[in-house]
Amino acid sequence: MKFVDEYRDGELAKKLASRIAASVRPDREYAFMEFCGGHTHAISRYGVEDLLPANVRMVHGPGCPVCVLPVGRIDTAIRLARNPSVTLCTYGDLMRVPGSNGTSLMKAKAEGADIRMVYSTLDALRIAEAEPAREVVFFAIGFETTTPPTAVAIKLAEKKGLNNFTVFCNHVLTPSAIQNILESPDVRDLGTVQIDGFVGPAHVSTVIGTEPYAFFAEEFQKPVVIAGFEPLDVLQAVAMLIDQVNEDRHEVENEYTRAVTAEGNAVAKAEVAEVFELRRSFEWRGLGEVPYSALKLKAKYAAFDAEARFDLQYIPADDNPACECGAILRGVKEPAECKLFGTVCTPETPMGSCMVSSEGACAAHWTYGRFRAASRVKRAS
Amino acid sequence: MNRPEKPFRRKLDIKNGRVDLSHGAGGRAMAQLVADLFVAAFDNDMLSAGNDQAAFDVSEGRMVMTTDGYVVSPLFFPGGDIGSLSVHGTINDVAMAGARPLYLSASFIIEEGFALSDLSRIVGSMAAAARDARVKIVTGDTKVVERGKADGVFISTTGVGVVPEGLNLSADAARPGDKVLLSGTIGDHGIAVMSKRENLTFDTEILSDSAALHGLVAAMVAAGGPGLRLMRDPTRGGLAATLNEVAASSGVGFKLEEAAIPVRPQVHAACEFLGLDPLYVANEGKLVAVVAPDHAEAVLTAMRAHPLGLDAAPIGEVVADDNRFVQLTTAFGGGRIVDWLSGDQLPRIC
Ligand code: SF4
Repeated sequence: MKFVDEYRDGELAKKLASRIAASVRPDREYAFMEFCGGHTHAISRYGVEDLLPANVRMVHGPGCPVCVLPVGRIDTAIRLARNPSVTLCTYGDLMRVPGSNGTSLMKAKAEGADIRMVYSTLDALRIAEAEPAREVVFFAIGFETTTPPTAVAIKLAEKKGLNNFTVFCNHVLTPSAIQNILESPDVRDLGTVQIDGFVGPAHVSTVIGTEPYAFFAEEFQKPVVIAGFEPLDVLQAVAMLIDQVNEDRHEVENEYTRAVTAEGNAVAKAEVAEVFELRRSFEWRGLGEVPYSALKLKAKYAAFDAEARFDLQYIPADDNPACECGAILRGVKEPAECKLFGTVCTPETPMGSCMVSSEGACAAHWTYGRFRAASRVKRAS
Repeated sequence: MNRPEKPFRRKLDIKNGRVDLSHGAGGRAMAQLVADLFVAAFDNDMLSAGNDQAAFDVSEGRMVMTTDGYVVSPLFFPGGDIGSLSVHGTINDVAMAGARPLYLSASFIIEEGFALSDLSRIVGSMAAAARDARVKIVTGDTKVVERGKADGVFISTTGVGVVPEGLNLSADAARPGDKVLLSGTIGDHGIAVMSKRENLTFDTEILSDSAALHGLVAAMVAAGGPGLRLMRDPTRGGLAATLNEVAASSGVGFKLEEAAIPVRPQVHAACEFLGLDPLYVANEGKLVAVVAPDHAEAVLTAMRAHPLGLDAAPIGEVVADDNRFVQLTTAFGGGRIVDWLSGDQLPRIC
């Protein structure tokens, strides 16, 4: 493209790639988990893998908010949307995530449920103001980045005295998920999943800072490098991780200094702390119940909590048994190892959440990377 | 001596009037709308004759015919409106066969309550677009539907044209080794519409590239002759969808160079902001051509000599590939597929 973007510069990438190639030890494998869907997307979108030596492997992590939402939560949203007085506002990506029994928000909408696609919490708030007769519910998902805007919207709704705006809160926390993966038997005891370090979240870390990761680096002896979402950021982070591994260090380093500080964003954190509190436990797709891994509205804001207003009971539900999203989100399997990948399951007809969002490992691999598998087959035959 | 009765007692109130159901009911009100607005604007003998059809002589050789519906929202966007779009889009579909467009028909579905001033603006812009392209709008139809049953106005246009002797462009004609030429920057139309819809403002406004391409096509045909394999205008689904269609029809793959694909900096920036990929964003005044290697240079030179092809660039080539993948070497240096678009391209959420 004519627009030269300094974080996508092909020349710099080439230089960095040869530095990486020179620094890896030929006698070992390196496997790094990129936690965030944003990184998964950047890696696939720019073909970052092609610039890494053969013995450096990226493992996709669970940091895609659409992917980790369990079926039971989608079912709850669909039940809510079928309430004739409710207008459910949601991000577009969630529309196609399969719920139980082949349902989805998209299908519920086609059957007459009032479901609207929005780009932000504030869009939903605007709808609530414009249509006072409707019960407007915002289907909130996302990691620490999207939580502050939800908190701001709730406080704004309170200030405006809106009594027809509620939030169905599914905000989850990054550090608890990373800890869960590191404590899983696959990584800790069985060694079936090799993880030598983490490419840490970009946007999430602008909010929470780098400090929360110090614990993993220390406790699990794994290096963490916080990186931005541009491909050069990822490449640079991989170079830093390789150096740490080679030097037997396990520190939290920050590649994304242009946006991330040690403490994070104090104002945003304060907003969140005022409105939200920890849930005792929350179900994640792939990880199961993870203690203290999600947020709910404080009792003080119960008037804006859809779970309280509509007395929503959580009914857990199973994934499609053939779908390997769970194992993929834990880094245990790769998309191509799923029998449904590319046959029954494609972005047009997703069977699991990982095929829905462009940040999902299956969708990223299908949309950008499947020529690699095809050329491997050709070479082998 | 009595003066003949005036056909319509009152003038059409274009400034403040609105379309009502009577304008589609087949009575005097409808006749007046047709006469004062459409016939007056499109202004040609065939339409003025007042028949339900247009009659014209058929020329020698092959004719092409195409039809398209236009439902763009908003109706007016930077660089164009639904009227000019409905003329350019259909002319381009005719032109992609290498044909010279001759006549258009236009059918309007108008929502009750639509401002006559807006309708008149749209019709005026259609007339201007047709005049500039030297194409006549020779027949048409008007329907009015109740409020809420349409979104302002929908327009369908049909176009006919003639193909020069010996030219046979077709989506199944791409062969390995052929070159891929793009006539200019991509994504301008889609981003112009999106920026209006999302209320985005930029330092320099992004204009739709909506334009009639048959002049450029004629120049390319003259330069490339039988070396031209096929041409497509990458509208909905963008360059990505177009090349995937061709790959499927011709049973080949593509290898593209991202760095060679021209994108305006503002479009690039807007795509970043909206989480879109310019390869998937619609264009309304660009074409992509597949040309035999030994004719590519001549066609490219002809393109660059035309005002609508100043930024034309070779962006890659056709390769043999049973998987029919459209592959791209990213500006970053890696490889990836450019797949069909699935669903709507939506902004990233975290
Ligand atoms: S390919 Fe589809 S079914 Fe298989 S793991 Fe991925 S999302 Fe699930």
